[in-house]
Amino acid sequence: MTDTDGETSVATDADSGGTASARTDGGTVTGRTGLRARLARVDAGRVGLYVTLLALVAFYMTPIETGLVTSFKTTQAVTETAPFALPGEGFTLEKWQTAFDVLIRGVGNSVLYAVPATIISALFGSLAAYGLTTTNLSGRYKVAVIAMFVAGIFIPYQAVLIPLTQFWSNVVPLDQLLGFVWALGINDDYVGIVELIVTHVAYGIPICTILFRSYYKNMSEEMIESARLDGASLRRVYRRIVLPLSTPMFAVVLIYQFTQIWNDLLFTLVLVATESSAAAPVVLILAGLGTSQEGTDFALRMAGAFLAALPTLAVYIAFGDEFAEGVAT
Amino acid sequence: MPGIVSRLRRAVGGDSDTTADTTGTDARPDGGTVTEGTRRERRGPIERVGQSLDDRFGGDFVESLPFWLPPFLLMGLFVYGAIVWNLLISLTDYQGFAQAPDYGNLDFEMYVRAATDSGVIDATINTFILIVAFTSATLVIGLALAILIDRGIRFENTFRTIYLLPMSLSFVVTAQFWLWMYNFNNGVVNIALGTFGIGPIDWIGNSSIVLWAVIFALVWQFSGYAMVVYLAGLRAIPSEHYEAAKVDGASTLRMYRRVIIPQLKGATISASVVLMVFALKAFDFLYSLVSNFRPPNGADILATKMVREAYSNQNWAFGAAIAIILFAMALSIIGPYLVYQYRRGNL
Repeated sequence: MTDTDGETSVATDADSGGTASARTDGGTVTGRTGLRARLARVDAGRVGLYVTLLALVAFYMTPIETGLVTSFKTTQAVTETAPFALPGEGFTLEKWQTAFDVLIRGVGNSVLYAVPATIISALFGSLAAYGLTTTNLSGRYKVAVIAMFVAGIFIPYQAVLIPLTQFWSNVVPLDQLLGFVWALGINDDYVGIVELIVTHVAYGIPICTILFRSYYKNMSEEMIESARLDGASLRRVYRRIVLPLSTPMFAVVLIYQFTQIWNDLLFTLVLVATESSAAAPVVLILAGLGTSQEGTDFALRMAGAFLAALPTLAVYIAFGDEFAEGVAT
Repeated sequence: MPGIVSRLRRAVGGDSDTTADTTGTDARPDGGTVTEGTRRERRGPIERVGQSLDDRFGGDFVESLPFWLPPFLLMGLFVYGAIVWNLLISLTDYQGFAQAPDYGNLDFEMYVRAATDSGVIDATINTFILIVAFTSATLVIGLALAILIDRGIRFENTFRTIYLLPMSLSFVVTAQFWLWMYNFNNGVVNIALGTFGIGPIDWIGNSSIVLWAVIFALVWQFSGYAMVVYLAGLRAIPSEHYEAAKVDGASTLRMYRRVIIPQLKGATISASVVLMVFALKAFDFLYSLVSNFRPPNGADILATKMVREAYSNQNWAFGAAIAIILFAMALSIIGPYLVYQYRRGNL
């Protein structure tokens, strides 16, 4: 009896609390209120708010919408119709077809390094964050190490570019070290892919570590502490407790990191160099697409841009909340 | 990875499983057995070194090493090792197609050259304009978006997703979009301005306008990011603060100015650091506008100048010196930020 009473009273509390909070934000009343009452509440300020929001949607979507409709237009229609208007009679899939033929090998190459680099850097980030967060370390030294991780996020890559080139050509000449792979008939341009994986992992570690650390800091300490008191080793705590609890954060980090690596141009430009290379990633080919002596083929460029953006767009639309969390941390 | 970890740990003598096997009787049902007592009894030189390291750096130091040290070393080599190396290269005269620089003859010649090179000076000024204008505009618009979204609207998630969408796109992709938007004859921007009788304007070709056009495009891309950061900040403010201001009869505008915005200092600082660093990295966008190492006239920044000098003109040492200037600018932003975070206990 008492149990049931307790439950009902809790439920009522929660209910009234919910209604109250819905009203304090000054907005739309949900529930029993009639349509007329709701209309009466719609004041001018509210209308203005939504008009502003929709105008902003137009502002953020215009470049994307313009690009999308343009990608379906013939070269003639591009100059003759308004850039944001639907193609109408000038509709063609030809540009998408051309862009697909040119870019598809680049998409394959990008997947080849973006996926492993994303997974490895996320794993390293999780390990480093765990080793530096829930463990008992002397504060001073820990702060110094963490400060180096944080600063590592913000380094402009230009400051490491020339040593990076030197490193891959003189110190670790993977091109020669992997001679046996090229002997199997694989194009030796693919050394660039291996270099890109290692490079992206190394520069991705700081952000992954800090993202995981912010998550581990807020994790319940009781479970870990009691496991430690029972004598569980750090490795055991990580595998049995921390790793399983990290799944939501892994989603955030993998999505963020994949977008970053897929979108990066600078490293591909330096490590793969030419868009004609067999190992050229999609961003590298896209950067030179549709330019010729006669001028720029905008429809082709737009189709290519969408093709290159497709994986990140798909990830973003499917996991928008995780992406937002990743950038906000 | 776990294999390496366990081997390393066995090497330093801290592996609980081994202890359990040898002592046997202490084994608990959960498998882990190390107690404070057995830890202190460790003998042998390696164990003693491990113990003294633990005493100095904290109880879990040796045991936690396998987790954070390999990532730390990899990152340290590629980030900090490379910066030191870059500093060294900037002191040489390395140029042309030679395999490696000659480290025998070090001087500051390249920095003198950079200080007197009008191209570097212009690029530095443009970098400053880009950082200041882009960051402040993005913050203001981001804050406005966050406040609008936080007014308890419907379809909040949809609006947020749309505003943040450009951020998920590559610089290479957004550069294509804006190149088309800014097109002289058929671009949306000139058509829109044309209805008000303005223009047409050559946004990319006019060297005194192009930088502002680039800044506008970057603000479009990143204001959603500032919005998300501010939104998190707004959500952290207790709702009593809003109500107290309402009870006092403050107008909405006044409430935000006096009560809410001052509490967003932390969000502003972290967002501006990230945005400034994005601005320093705007290389990808400028390169993609023209598919060339030389960005449109009037939009050259240090990031593009550095890459062009090194990878297009083979002036490696000169490029390295410009990179150090860029790094110093980044450091002047990151340094105070780290101190601020340290004081707040966030590190």
